[in-house]
Amino acid sequence: MLAETFFVAAGLVAVIAALGMLVSRSPVRSALWLILVMLCVAGLYMTLSAEFIAVVQVLVYAGAIMVLFLFVIMLLNLGALPNLERVDFKKGVGFVLGTVILAQLVYITATASDPLVKASFNPAETGSALKIAEELFTRYALPFEIIGILLLVATVGAVMLAKRTFE
Amino acid sequence: MEIPLTWYLTLSAVLFSIGVMGVLFRSNLIVILMSIELMLNAVNLTLIAFGQFMGDITGQILVFFVISVAAAEAAVGLAIVIAIFRNKLTVDVNDIKLFRH
Repeated sequence: MLAETFFVAAGLVAVIAALGMLVSRSPVRSALWLILVMLCVAGLYMTLSAEFIAVVQVLVYAGAIMVLFLFVIMLLNLGALPNLERVDFKKGVGFVLGTVILAQLVYITATASDPLVKASFNPAETGSALKIAEELFTRYALPFEIIGILLLVATVGAVMLAKRTFE
Repeated sequence: MEIPLTWYLTLSAVLFSIGVMGVLFRSNLIVILMSIELMLNAVNLTLIAFGQFMGDITGQILVFFVISVAAAEAAVGLAIVIAIFRNKLTVDVNDIKLFRH
């Protein structure tokens, strides 16, 4: 009962915060709403007993990535948008498309007949840093190294792009 | 007592759809990038839910990689935003018409 209450509370806050991000006029407020979404998602990872990923979510997403977003917003000195963006044909299409995608996903979820949907969740010791490290440094050692190279290339590329001026 | 898998899937479907709408609605480049991060979060939640219900740790490894790639994507994306702002003095996608002549 406690787990379900926590799920409903965290899920509701996550959805409300995501909608807040969607409708906020100021980019800073959007970023702060998104941080709240990420903290709620981290809480949901805890209910799935994925503790290591929950901590990484808070550290990397809510910590590093969102601070980078806020830093860029402050650097560019973006204030609130002066007036409400008008509703036009493009936004109508966007709303319809988003609703269709949501309906499709919920329909697929509701009508799924896979035995996995009915399976009960047994919280094995799969979420600890020890178990993840065992897999990460043995079976997935090569992808792990490639991710390191990717991050290096992204860092160099970001510096180059941010310094560059077109004619 | 147990939370069913469908709850997690439905919640991440809702979050993903809000992210899609954010990309299609908003004209601010930074908010569009944030909506992409929201969609990545929704997919991560699905991956972890499936992985834990299957008793397989590979889902969590995949989420770890997705978070790393999202960090790289945010860094490069924001660098592009800064470059565009330095040259065009705007981050509104409606005012950026590099290819429309």
